[in-house]
Amino acid sequence: MSTDNGYKSGSNLEKVLKAGHFAFTGELGPPRGTGAEEVLEKAQHLKGVVDAVNITDNQTAVVRMSSWAASLLLVQEGLEPNFQMVCRDRNRLAMQGDILGVYTHGVRNMLCLSGDHAKFGDHPDAKGVFDIDSMQLIAMVKQMRDEGKFLGGADIEHPPKIFIGAAANPFAEPYDWRPHRLSKKIDAGVDFIQTQCIYNMDRFREFIKVANDMGLTEKCYILAGVTPMKSVGMAKYMKNKVPGMDVPDDTIKRLQGAEKGKVAAEGIKMACEQIEEFKEMDGVHGVHLMAIEWEHKVPEIAEQAKVLPRPQVD
Amino acid sequence: MIVAKRKPFDEIMELLQDYKKVLTVGCGTCVAVCLAGGEKEVAVLNSELDMARKLADNPIELGSTTLERQCDREYLDELASKVDEYDALLSMACGVGIQFLAERYPEKPVLPAVDTSGLAVNQSVGFYEERCRSCQQCVLGWTGGICPVTMCAKGLYNGPCGGTNLGSCEIDPEQPCAWYMIHERLAKQGRIDNIKNICSAVGWKDTVPRTLIQPGYKKPEEEGA
Ligand code: SF4
Ligand code: SF4
Repeated sequence: MSTDNGYKSGSNLEKVLKAGHFAFTGELGPPRGTGAEEVLEKAQHLKGVVDAVNITDNQTAVVRMSSWAASLLLVQEGLEPNFQMVCRDRNRLAMQGDILGVYTHGVRNMLCLSGDHAKFGDHPDAKGVFDIDSMQLIAMVKQMRDEGKFLGGADIEHPPKIFIGAAANPFAEPYDWRPHRLSKKIDAGVDFIQTQCIYNMDRFREFIKVANDMGLTEKCYILAGVTPMKSVGMAKYMKNKVPGMDVPDDTIKRLQGAEKGKVAAEGIKMACEQIEEFKEMDGVHGVHLMAIEWEHKVPEIAEQAKVLPRPQVD
Repeated sequence: MIVAKRKPFDEIMELLQDYKKVLTVGCGTCVAVCLAGGEKEVAVLNSELDMARKLADNPIELGSTTLERQCDREYLDELASKVDEYDALLSMACGVGIQFLAERYPEKPVLPAVDTSGLAVNQSVGFYEERCRSCQQCVLGWTGGICPVTMCAKGLYNGPCGGTNLGSCEIDPEQPCAWYMIHERLAKQGRIDNIKNICSAVGWKDTVPRTLIQPGYKKPEEEGA
């Protein structure tokens, strides 16, 4: 089912993707406090440079300004948020209430995630909710949108029309299961996927090939996840400490080979090379750039990756 | 079986500080098998308490008994002639047994000497691994006999999540990923189709105190009716 204009949600991201443009999304982590200026300052760098901005939800299980509140700040600033929601912190009542609330205030995209375990964060003893999981969350948002019904079955007055996103990690075992998991998310109702940060291009090419063969990339839009490396230390940390992250030794070697003071520039160059390849890759419909705490670099990266100006679709 | 571990000694000392005459009650079933609260553990705890209270200049008189099962009314009745002699009862049974003892002798303070941690298997002497959270709607039939409710750190019904790391769970390299194992086992059995369909949102059964009546039986108060 779609809205009168043929869109499921009418979000900018949906319009860009549906028109066949190569999408380019960014990311913004809300502050560890009440500073709206901080959100707005980061947002300024992304304005006009990306099609939508993911607003993380207590990312890595560390408490931050709630993702819905930061999303509203973006809406007020004329940017389009991609409201992230994890299953760790809310039960189905709170989730549905928040979805109604953000929609009322203009949020049109959502990313449905399981969420990192609380053990990683600043409240490691917190009880994880996981009343529903990410698959069930996708299905719930779809039911709210397309059937106009809450999970419990009651009718919703003015159902929220959300463009439904989810994550996929082609780099976590079992590898041969990952395309099937993507397929399950499509069955659940996902419209677009943003992948885990990609460094191992061979593995990603393999994943996309299987997804293409299974017909999955015709059923949802795939945005390839890119995070430029700022330093050798960051690359090593990602390789060794972040679960589900696959950083090949070659990536680290190439950064180590960069001239002194030019490592970050090399990281950006590598990211842009990736983006160039994704533009040509069958089954990839855009890039999700996660330049965490590096928002001010996004315009430069977008320029260098030749994804500007962003398309305007009416 | 139900597994439990003795509480830290200082905590038990604190629980008992106001009592002079205490009966330590062990249980001969699960907690005896898992080396937490059987006859032997009762004897060890009592001798430690006796010594510590003497040293603290606050001697305590301790009795000991180990029932066959503290979760069975019949065995609890055996204590009826003894409890009056004591200020308090210190139970080394699981949480179920401790509560049943307290329910049977409501006029006496009943104190726990163990922390109950769950339904577990015995992997080697003294080492137990949790396997079931008694969710009341068992899914083992389609998950290859591996419980995602208990073994997946997020209790996911549609795993694995993106945190699987070389077959381990994102929380700890030492903790196998439940969904990785489920996938492996089902793949070996040629049953991977089991997990290709979405498992929809669960209707939780454990959000209220539960009772269970087997077919053909009734609640006791209904029997005469
Ligand atoms: S699914 Fe897991 S928690 Fe539920 S009854 Fe079966 S083993 Fe126990
Ligand atoms: S890594 Fe595996 S066991 Fe750990 S939370 Fe994810 S699916 Fe569950």
